[in-house]
Parts: sequence; structure tokens; C-alpha cells
Amino acid sequence: MASVFGTAIKRREDPRLITGNGRYTDDVQLPGMLYAAILRSPHAHARIRGINVEKAKRHPGVVAVFTGRDVAGKVAPIPTAWLPPDSNIKTPAHPALAVDSVRYVGDGVAMVVAESRYVARDALELIEVDYEVLPAVVDPEKAMEKGAPAVHEEVPDNVAFHWQAGSDPASAFQDAEVVVRHRFRQQRLIPNAMEPRSAVAQYNAGSGEMTVWVTSQNPHIHRFLLSNILGIPEHKLRIVAVDVGGGFGSKIPCYADEALVALAAKELGRPVKWTEDRRENFLATSHGRDEVIYAELAGKRDGTMLGLRIRMVANMGAYLSTAAPGVPTILFGLITVGPYRIPRAHTEVYGVFTNTTPTDAYRGAGRPEATYVIERMTDLFAREIGMDVVEVRKKNLIPAEEFPYTTALGLQYDSGNYHGALQKALEMVHYEEFRKEQERLRTQGRYIGLGWSTYVEICGLGPSQIAGAVGFQGGLWESAAVRVHPGGKVTVFTGASPHGQGEETTFAQIVADRFGIPVEDVEVVHGDTDRIPMGWGTYGSRATPVGGSALAVAADRILEKARKIAAHMLEVSEEDVEFADGKFQVKGVPTRQVTFQNVVLQAHLAWNLPAGVEPGLEAQAFYDPVNFCYPFGAHACVVEVDVETGQIKVLRYVAVDDCGPVINPMIVEGQVHGGIVQGMGQALWEGAVYDEQGQLVTGSFMDYAMPKARFFPSFETAHTVTPAPHNPLGVKGIGETGTIAATPAVVNAVVDALAPFGVADLEMPLTPEKIWKITHGRDA
Amino acid sequence: MTTTKTVVTLKVNGVERTAEVEPRLLLVHFLRDVLGLTGTHVGCDTSQCGACTVLLDGRGVKSCTVLAVQADGHEVTTVEGLARDGELHPIQEGFWEKHGLQCGFCTPGAMMTAVELLRQNPNPTDEEIREGLEGVICRCTGYENIVRAVKYAAERMRG
Amino acid sequence: MIPASFAYERAQSVREAVELLESHQGEAKVLSGGHSLIPLLKLRLTSPTVLVDIGGIAELKGISAEGDRLVVGALTTHAEVAASPEVRRHLPLLAEAARQVGDLQVRNRGTVGGNIAHADPASDLPAVALALDAVITVEGPAGRSEVPVEDFILGPLLTALGGSDVVVSVAFPIPKGKWKGAYEKYPHPASGYAVAGVAAVIGVDDGGTIRDARVGITGVGDMPYRARDVEAALVGNPATEEVVRRAAERADAEGSFSGDLFASEDYRRHLSKVYTRRALMRSLP
Repeated sequence: MASVFGTAIKRREDPRLITGNGRYTDDVQLPGMLYAAILRSPHAHARIRGINVEKAKRHPGVVAVFTGRDVAGKVAPIPTAWLPPDSNIKTPAHPALAVDSVRYVGDGVAMVVAESRYVARDALELIEVDYEVLPAVVDPEKAMEKGAPAVHEEVPDNVAFHWQAGSDPASAFQDAEVVVRHRFRQQRLIPNAMEPRSAVAQYNAGSGEMTVWVTSQNPHIHRFLLSNILGIPEHKLRIVAVDVGGGFGSKIPCYADEALVALAAKELGRPVKWTEDRRENFLATSHGRDEVIYAELAGKRDGTMLGLRIRMVANMGAYLSTAAPGVPTILFGLITVGPYRIPRAHTEVYGVFTNTTPTDAYRGAGRPEATYVIERMTDLFAREIGMDVVEVRKKNLIPAEEFPYTTALGLQYDSGNYHGALQKALEMVHYEEFRKEQERLRTQGRYIGLGWSTYVEICGLGPSQIAGAVGFQGGLWESAAVRVHPGGKVTVFTGASPHGQGEETTFAQIVADRFGIPVEDVEVVHGDTDRIPMGWGTYGSRATPVGGSALAVAADRILEKARKIAAHMLEVSEEDVEFADGKFQVKGVPTRQVTFQNVVLQAHLAWNLPAGVEPGLEAQAFYDPVNFCYPFGAHACVVEVDVETGQIKVLRYVAVDDCGPVINPMIVEGQVHGGIVQGMGQALWEGAVYDEQGQLVTGSFMDYAMPKARFFPSFETAHTVTPAPHNPLGVKGIGETGTIAATPAVVNAVVDALAPFGVADLEMPLTPEKIWKITHGRDA
Repeated sequence: MTTTKTVVTLKVNGVERTAEVEPRLLLVHFLRDVLGLTGTHVGCDTSQCGACTVLLDGRGVKSCTVLAVQADGHEVTTVEGLARDGELHPIQEGFWEKHGLQCGFCTPGAMMTAVELLRQNPNPTDEEIREGLEGVICRCTGYENIVRAVKYAAERMRG
Repeated sequence: MIPASFAYERAQSVREAVELLESHQGEAKVLSGGHSLIPLLKLRLTSPTVLVDIGGIAELKGISAEGDRLVVGALTTHAEVAASPEVRRHLPLLAEAARQVGDLQVRNRGTVGGNIAHADPASDLPAVALALDAVITVEGPAGRSEVPVEDFILGPLLTALGGSDVVVSVAFPIPKGKWKGAYEKYPHPASGYAVAGVAAVIGVDDGGTIRDARVGITGVGDMPYRARDVEAALVGNPATEEVVRRAAERADAEGSFSGDLFASEDYRRHLSKVYTRRALMRSLP
């Protein structure tokens, strides 16, 4: 039987999803279920003078109304779970419903619980809130200015934390022949998973057991945090998140809404469902990015990079969301040097409170920003010294023979062949021919451009010891349990909690490959804390390198035991047994063999087991990686700019990625496609805008431009394979590479196209009007 | 002002369904909450995302922007009604074969839109497929494999 | 998003619809396809106490050639207009514009009458209606009347329609002689509405001189408008690219321009010229 590892088999989760049989949180219907709706602040900053809920309470069909005062003491403040060390971090209390003040448009003020969705929504309009509107601040740099309104009284300067990494690169700057300085704005993005957030809670007063179905990327983290918030012990709290309609980071955090629904279910003795609408999602689900970055790159005229200095001001919004402080620090600040050999580097980050929706991880989380800055700086550096952008990259990429490579910021890049990936992309692009074509078209008044992005990212989060050292308030190992049933079928339990990434398929492939059995014989179970012993979830491209590795280890433990039993059955010593294609065989004697299924059955019958071997066949593994993974690659984008209107057309997109061995090429390609589109979304269309009063101006799909099918050409993808040396599968993670790589590739391409206009940089998103202004000599 | 409930009768996936509803009840909530057909999803409020697309009298429409009373006396097909006699519809096969879905949330609406697209144009070019997907927002796939899925289905349906 | 409560009445005829609207004295709104109204109801930007559903009135459906004009019933959907052999033969630019309204699903449900009555300043159809001097047939308490589109659309989301009036049909005159037309649109990347949309018609005489020129522009400001300055610069001149180029520069001479987050007033003025030129170029013989 050919190995199923590395094969593009169809996804095993699809039959239920394409027939309407998925079970997303809002699909859960329980007898006697009530519906909650949450009243949200219309003001960015205001004191609550009073709330009158009497009319709402009397409205027919309304069962209860809760205010901040009603829930205080019953629902603990929502915590932050990432506290970067030595950063003087401030964590002002984040009440589940506002009590005295609201701090962003969308801050929860009251919850109505009613017999139907419609009545709950109606009753929101009957709640009267007396607000005293206060001055608001939305821009992170303005929030740091003296005299800016304080978002939290106890943090008068609005600085939530101040964090640094690396060492002073002053000597590099002294030796420099060239210093390039630039300010970058990473605009705020709205994750916009297509499934709105939702929670359904059911409480059994007799047993004290609470079940919460919730849109979560990490049910065990939800259990961990909700247990504290609600005061329900973990063995009485069950979190279920089987089908989740995308997360992209926005379903990592534990939100107040989910705790409130659970409280209502407990207090009212009936199941309660809450589902946000899209407008609410825009306001009350975490946002991404929103940073100002000052970069300085020191180098020599021959193209050598010498040092990098980065200062970032990161907008954290009104409160510190669950993983938020880790994004601009660990996930950005440690990888600013990218794939280049830059001997000296320093990063400094200010996390700042503003009267905006809290930010948190959004696909790539910190790494897209780091990649954007270094890839743009590389182009600016090349421009400054008059060198081709590819030559500068080739000169500074870490050579393959130097891995593992420890960077100036202290990370150890595990393995890589950066030049190899770039070379492959160069061949796909036909670089020299492109340059000729570009020249030719320019003489006709047409402007095409090619942009590069050679990237490395840090993912496969991560060694728990490091997690602790960098202030993550959890572990980052993963669990797997493999249960082999007497008939030879296998159930796999994973602590990773996929929500679109296809691990029901790839994890089955890992196990089927190891056992030599059909992939159909393996079922992957995830997303339920009652069925899965423990887990840390899916984010940071960790599911396969960490969860998959845990699974490989557990599967190998099964094989180890099975081999003992097989040897006993074959009446030879263990060393004389080899396992291939699902059969244990006496070495050199092909006629003497037993199948995996034979052995499994004997393990369960236990009529004649070798001495000291227990019956049954089940194994568990808790896998803690020894290092992060560092996928890399080279992406290239070709655009044409219509300089008359400023419209940009993407003509080609070439992606060469290296995520180590590929388990399922079709799924990996899908991850790359989706990632590219999200990265291009930031470059060209997406951008959340607040006005000075803190109102979100881009609060719907009518004005926040989500990428659509017609915006894109067909993508060209390819791979190189450089295994991770430290995990049993050699895999590296592919979920975020597209998003990390695409944004700078696109912007570099547009800047390249507009070179004849003297354009050096453009602020994202590259909306047509910005381009038009620049090409028409208007102030951009 | 009285907002008396109205009795509506719809044929949903070939089965006649009658219920008493508020006039303001959206068709998508009728399908999901009244009939329990939760395959049709709600992804936005402004008729952009297309997750709620169903066939109304054989034409693709966004069920979040149709009142249940407007569908009274009409036929509705949802994703649950796409497969016939245990046989997947070619568009379902296409999405499965070509990995046209990841999280699966937009998928039912995307497939219903694709069915409509192919009804209007049985032999579309890539560009026509992309234009036809204007009313579908998918955050996962980057659309590439949805385009391939629609092409696959088009070929299958042309025979 | 969930609409507030309302009562629902189904009209069997236009007369009955008018009577129902009258009986509710301005508290009622007409429901046809619902694709303009239902989004507003869901956002609770409008909360009528009654909806009068005209969706079942057969006489409001269909497209017919009546003499030198095409009459499109109010309930005709954009998809039906786009696919209509009659429209494609007589007024291809109307089909072209209808094909670009919203998306596949919206076009199956949104109606011509609802679109015109909603008078969204970034809607596609009004540009074509203006360029073709469309006439809207309205039935009200006093009976039927015909209102030229220029007198019908009064401002953003504002029309001459009275509280008890129903749009019956929109008649599009078919230009005479030898002519060509086109609709050029710059869709907003998020909403799909026109950031700029230009419908153009050029009619030429046998000698190649422009004898008839019409330009309707939508999306760039508070309401769609006829670019009569452009038309004046075309008529009487030879149908050449150079003439078009110069005339298009006058596209922003009229109209009330305004900007938003995506496109400033300045940029929209620029776009009005570019899209006018592009639509006119495609309308040259």
C-alpha cells in the first residue's frame, strides 16, 4: 500500500459541511432555550450616570435584563493571558459589562435575555442609559502625548507596557555607510471570520455541570479562563467547539459575552444562546494590527546589512485582550530581522490603550508586521544604494549551511534554504524577461511592477519553557490520544482544535501512514473538553508541528506495544520483527507475518499476551516541542497600475513556500491561497477607520472591503522541502505564511511599478485615490 | 399597531411546510429556527456575504433579505436539498474534489450561488466565475479552489 | 440584524396597493423585491408600521416594446432586464448596466421599480434612465401619471413619489437612427455600488457627425445627473476620439459632487471625466 502521507486525498470533514450537516455554535438548538442580546456602548468614552432597564424588563417575552452591577461579583473581570516580562505591564480590570465607564464603541453595557432572538433585539431599544460623554483618543501615538485623555484612570499615560529585545545596535550604525529610516503604519484590520461569534450555555443545577458551546480556536484555554471567570471548576465545565467557521485569531480570546451567556443560563435555569450579528462583530470582536513602526536599517554600499533598530507603538484598544500583549512583543519583536543575516538588532515596543475595540492576534499576528517592515526596508535600502532588490536579498539571506542560525534577537532558526526558495521563485517569474517587458511597457505609458517578499516566520508555538519565559500564561505543548479499537479502527483525540485547516484529514493521514491502514479507518476527534484530555488549541501555525507531532509520538507508542505482541505471536524476539505496510513480519521471512489488525485483536482479547504486557491498545502523548518552527519562502507579485485612475490589477502571484514535508498537498495549497488573499487584503483594500470621536466608520461589509473573487488572478504555487530537524514529522506549519509574505510583495510591486514617478513608499491600503494623487502630483 | 402573525406555506426541499410567523421574520430565520434547517448560514447584515443564499423558485437569492411572508406559496431549495437520492449534486462533488472549502461556513451559500451561476451560464470562463462570485465572501480559501470547484461542476453537468 | 415589528398587507392590484397605502396615511411602505427596503428595516433606519407587498401583482411584471420605447414593469428584476432579448436588442446599454447591479443573487430579487423608487445616489440604473430620458409611470390616489426621471429623482434617497404612490413601470425610449451606447462603472470594492458610473449614448448621422449625445452619471455625488455640457460639446461635431476626449473633460461641470472615506470629491470629479470618456469611446460608431 502506498503511503498516504504526502497524498492529496479529499478532506474527511467535507461530507458533513457540503450537505448542511455541520454543527456550528448557532446551529445548536436546545429545548427551552432563551436568547441573549447585548446592548453596546454607542460612545467611545463615557461615564455611565445611570441605566434604566425597567421598560425592557416589562417587555413581553423578556425574561431577564442584566447590567454591570448585576453581574459584578458573579462574573470576574476578563483576564489577559499574556504578560510580557520586564514590561511594567498594566492590566486594568475589564468587567464583563461596564459598570462606571464605557471605553470603546461596542463595550457591553447590558444583556437582555428573552424568549426569542427578535424579542431580545427589540428590548435593547427599551434600555435607557444616561451617558456623560468624555473625550476619547483613538490614535496610539496621540494617546501617548501629554494631556491625552486617559482610557483608564489608573494608567494616566495610556502606556500598557514597554518591552525591549536585542542589544543596542549603535556600533552597527557607527560603521554604516548608509542608514535608511522610515515610518510605517500598519493599519487596523477586522478579522471577519465568516461565522459570527456565538455561545450557547446549558447548566445542570443538580450536577453543577455547565456546558458551553462556543466559537473557539482553543476550547481548553476557554475552559481554563472561563473556569476562573465563572467560578466553575474545570471538571464541571465542558467547552464544545467542533465546527467553527474560521477564526484567524479572533476566536482565540475569551470574551465577556461568553461568560455572560453562561451566567444567564445558570441564573435562569434554562439554556441561553447568543450570536453576534456582523455589525457587532465589527465592534466587539477583536481587531488586528494597528501599529506605528519606526525602522532604521544600517548597511554598506555593497549591500551588506549591518544593524536594525525598530520602535513600535502598538494600539491595544481599550483593554488587553487574551493574547494581545504577545503579538507586538514576542511575535513581532523577536523576528524583525527576518531571513537576513543582520548582526545587530534591537526592538522596542510600546503597547498603548486607546478608546477602540481591543486588538489581538490576527492571522500572522506580529509576523506580518515584522515581515512587512524588513521587506519594505530591504527595498528602500536597495533603492538607496542603487542595487537590484533581488541582489540585496541574495547578499543578506542566511546561507543554508549556517543553520541552525541564532539571530541577533536570540532566536534559533531551525533549518532553511532561503536562497533555494528564492531561486525557484526567480525561475517561475522569469525575472530578467520581466524587467525587459517592464521597460517596454513604460515607453507605452503602461506601468507594471514586480515585488518580492523573502520571508521567514516563527510558528509551531512552542516550547512551554519559552512560553513561560516570555509571559504566556499557559503551556504550548499539545496532547494526543490514540485509541485502537478491537476491530482495528482507530479514534484519535487531539488537543489542537482545527476550524478549517483540515486536520481531521491530515491527522488521519499521519496515523494511517504509521499504522499502514486505510485512512478511512481513522477518525479524528477534537473541539470538546470532555473528550480531549487537554490541549492548547489552533493558532500560530502550531496544530500540525505540535499537535501532529504529539500524534506521531502516541502512534509510535502503539506500534511499540504492538511489536511486542507481534513478536510473541510470531514466536521470535522483538528485534527480529519488522513493520511495514501494516504487517509485522519476521525479518527475512516474508511468509511469517501478522497484520496490524491481527495484533490489535490479540491485544484486546488478551488470551495470550507476552509477560508484562497489559491488554488493550491505547496511547497518549504530551508533546512539548524543543524549538519553534521557521517556515520560509519567496513570494513575488506582479501588478499593473492604471495611473489614470490609480486602480491596481494583480496580474500574477508566485508563491514558493517551505513548510517541511507536506502531508496533504491539496490542503497545504489551500492554506497558501487563503493566506495570500488575506495578505493582499491588507495591502490593497482592507482598513478599519475610526473618526476622532472613536466611531468606527468602516463598520460593515458595505464600507470595509473584504477581498472578493474577482480581485485576483489564479495563483502559482510551489514548494521546497527543508524538514524541521527537531520534531518527529519534520513539519513546519503553513497556515500563516501566505498572509505574512503577501502584503509586502504586493506593496513592493506597486512601488516598483510607480518608480518612474519617484514613489518610494505608500501607506496601506493602497486605495486607488492614493495612487492617483501621487501619480498626478497631488499631496497624498 | 398590530403585527398579527400570518400563516405561510412553503415547499422546502420538496416538502410542504406550514407555520405561523411574524411578518418581519426573515426567510433565513424561518429556515434555521422554525424548520431547523441550519445548513443555511447568516454571515452579515447587509446582503453582501451570500452565506444565506438559497434557491427561491429555482433562482439564487439571499434569504437574509427576503421575508418569510414573501416566500409564501413558493419553493425553496437549501443546501440540505441539493443532494438527490443520496447522490451529491455536481457542485457538492466539485467543492469536495477541489478543496473548495475550509471552515465550511460560507460553503452552503457559495454552492447555492454557484448553482445559480451555472444555471445562467453553463460554460463559464474563470473570469465569469469570479464575477459570478461577487455575492460570496469567503475568508478561507482565497477563492482559487472555489473557481476550480465550479469549473469541475460545470464539466460534470455538461456531461 | 432584525427588523422591528410591522404589519403586513398583500395587495392584489395596483389600485388596492394605493388604497392600502392611503389608508395608513404615510405609515406604510411599499415592499417589492425588498432589496432596498429590507436592509434598511434590518438596520432599523426605517420602521414603517405597515408593509404593503406588491410582489404578487402580475401587471407589474414583464418587459414590452411599446412603439419607440421599452416599458419595464416595476417588478421586473435586474436579472430579467439583463437577460431580456428585447432589452439586449433595443437597449444593450440597459442590459449592460443591469448586469452590473449588485451581484447574482441581488439581481434575482432586486427590481427596477424598487431601485428607482429608492433613488440611491450610487445606483446604476438611474444613470441609464437619465441618459435615455426614461419616464416613470406612477399610480397614486389621483390616478396614473408619467414623470420624467429628471423630475422624479430629487435627491439622495428622495423622489417625487408621494406616500401613497406606487411605481408601475419605467419606460425607456429607444434612441432613433444610428446610435451606440455603453455603461462604464467603477464599483466600490466593498458595497459594489458605483463610485462612478456613466451611461453614454452617441447617435450619428450618415456623414459621421454626432447628432445626438446623452450622458448620465451616477455615484459621484448626492444624486445622478445628466452631463449636458458634455453633450453640448459633442453634438454637431465629428464622431472622433479627439472630440470625445475634449467633451469628457466637462463631465464635472454639473452635478453635486461629494466625497467619502473611499473617494474624495476631487477624485470623484476626476473619475467622472475618465469614465465619461471611456463610456463615450465605446459609444463611437
